[in-house]
Amino acid sequence: MEKRAKSLRLRNMNIGSHIVLILWSVIVMFPLYIMIVNSFKDRLSIYANPYGLPKKWNFSNYTDVLKSGDFFRYFLNSLTVVLISLALILIIGSMVSYALSQWRGKWSHGLFLFLIMGMMLPIKIASIRLLEMMRAFHLLNTIWALIPIYVAMGIPIAVFILTEFIRQIPNELLEASRIDGAGRFMTLITIVIPMLKPALATVAIYNLVPFWNDLWFPLIFINDENQKTLLLGVTRLFGQYQTDWSKVLAVLTLSSLPVLILYLLMSRQFIKSMTSGAVKG
Amino acid sequence: MKKPAAKNRLNPGGSYWIWYALPAIFFYVLFMAFPLLDSIRMSLYTGTTNNFTFVGLDNFTRLFTDPDLFARYWGSMKNTVVFFIVHMLVQNVLGIVFAVLITQKNMKGSKLYQTIIFIPTTFAVLVTGYLWKLLLNPVWSKNALASIGLEALAKPWLGNEKYALLFVAFVSCWQWIGIPTMMFAAALQNISDDIYEAADIAGANKWQVFWHIKLPLIKPTVGIVTILTFVNNFNAFDIVFAMENVNGAPGYATDLLGTFFYRIGIAGQHPIGIPDPGMGAAIASITFVILMVGSLFVMKLTEAKE
Repeated sequence: MEKRAKSLRLRNMNIGSHIVLILWSVIVMFPLYIMIVNSFKDRLSIYANPYGLPKKWNFSNYTDVLKSGDFFRYFLNSLTVVLISLALILIIGSMVSYALSQWRGKWSHGLFLFLIMGMMLPIKIASIRLLEMMRAFHLLNTIWALIPIYVAMGIPIAVFILTEFIRQIPNELLEASRIDGAGRFMTLITIVIPMLKPALATVAIYNLVPFWNDLWFPLIFINDENQKTLLLGVTRLFGQYQTDWSKVLAVLTLSSLPVLILYLLMSRQFIKSMTSGAVKG
Repeated sequence: MKKPAAKNRLNPGGSYWIWYALPAIFFYVLFMAFPLLDSIRMSLYTGTTNNFTFVGLDNFTRLFTDPDLFARYWGSMKNTVVFFIVHMLVQNVLGIVFAVLITQKNMKGSKLYQTIIFIPTTFAVLVTGYLWKLLLNPVWSKNALASIGLEALAKPWLGNEKYALLFVAFVSCWQWIGIPTMMFAAALQNISDDIYEAADIAGANKWQVFWHIKLPLIKPTVGIVTILTFVNNFNAFDIVFAMENVNGAPGYATDLLGTFFYRIGIAGQHPIGIPDPGMGAAIASITFVILMVGSLFVMKLTEAKE
């Protein structure tokens, strides 16, 4: 009996499972460790001692990259594009979702389905047409070409998540605000949007990662140095520093830090958001 | 804000609500629905900007009959299918395994494991690709592999026509495994404990529980993950761009539909360097049809049956 209890306890510790998961964790962390540690070495010591901690911590890779000015400009371009796109998605998405959850007519459900269909449509397929359109609008070679496309990409998931969320707000609450004399638009701003905050966060995070990490549209739209986004800049710097891997690694680390820090601060929320679309990754 | 005219009615109709919907409809239609549909129309034209002529199905005929073009197209199609199969076998199978392990009862540290497994998913594919390109370089990998007696493995795999595609696919799996893992984990957590208790009483072992209870119950999630992998793989581009180049080096061994489409329709083929948007649109249209048909097929196959 005692023996059985002991074996049961052993089984409950899931030793085999931990071995598998620890092994994979090492496979995940090792490259990231290499990236960060070696970005603090100098050009030659990363070949002699690629895996250990640096004997002397060398910050010059970072100061060189940051001092060149290009990196900062790329970063600012990306930040501008991502923030404006997200803001537009949240505003436009809240409005349309409010309408779709309140409007009871034969067109409303059809419009809902039409809008969320975009979650399954791979927009890269439309690249050729979008390229011609941006040329016609004189937006090629500017970061402004990216924003309307990102907004269009973000609307389906916003409608999908926000409409469901607004439907769960008790109708009495909305009616009460109406009786107080607030118009429907004021009700949206003063009652609905404050309650939507967690859902808005989900939508923002869901879109933040693919926008920040997008290479495709900047690559096909933007040639001008001054308008390049961070990732497009990284491709240039990768070529430029190819003989100095420690600098390349500093660039890679710097470019992934913003999202990585956000992720580590709120990993639960990230994981929940990024798998919430279910149909698109 | 002007007071809505229909204020007295309990709930206004479409003529009121449409104003709230218009901005979304504008962006969605103009920058998503229209260009997707119009890309199909463009596949019937040839020429360059401002100078398109209608050629009917000529692009499609050329794509399948021009020997050079068809060789590249077929090559990239085959590579894409291999790329997809590797993801299904490695990324999604490991995803299920990790999800089952993480969601076990009494599993300690499962939150931490989830956080770690998901980290690469937040990285740009470009960054992951560059990082692994350096890691797989023998200049670097030699010392480490030698120290554990595996020096023979320190080879320039990415320059080897036979293995390059596999390594590129492995790196992509490494990056994206967090998505299937978390989706399967969420599905497994939704299974009620009663079912497990019943299985326990019936004396089922872990493998039987997985095969006969868990897997059938998460079948719809298997379908969603398959479609997700399918759509993403048939549009993959960044990983090859970062680890190899847009020509799918070495010797087109890693050329995917995404890179082929980019060369033909957007960048222009070496040595001419002039893009052929009509042909690009034709390639994209075929991919679009493949994705739609394939996704519907998978959906039908994995529907939850009552």
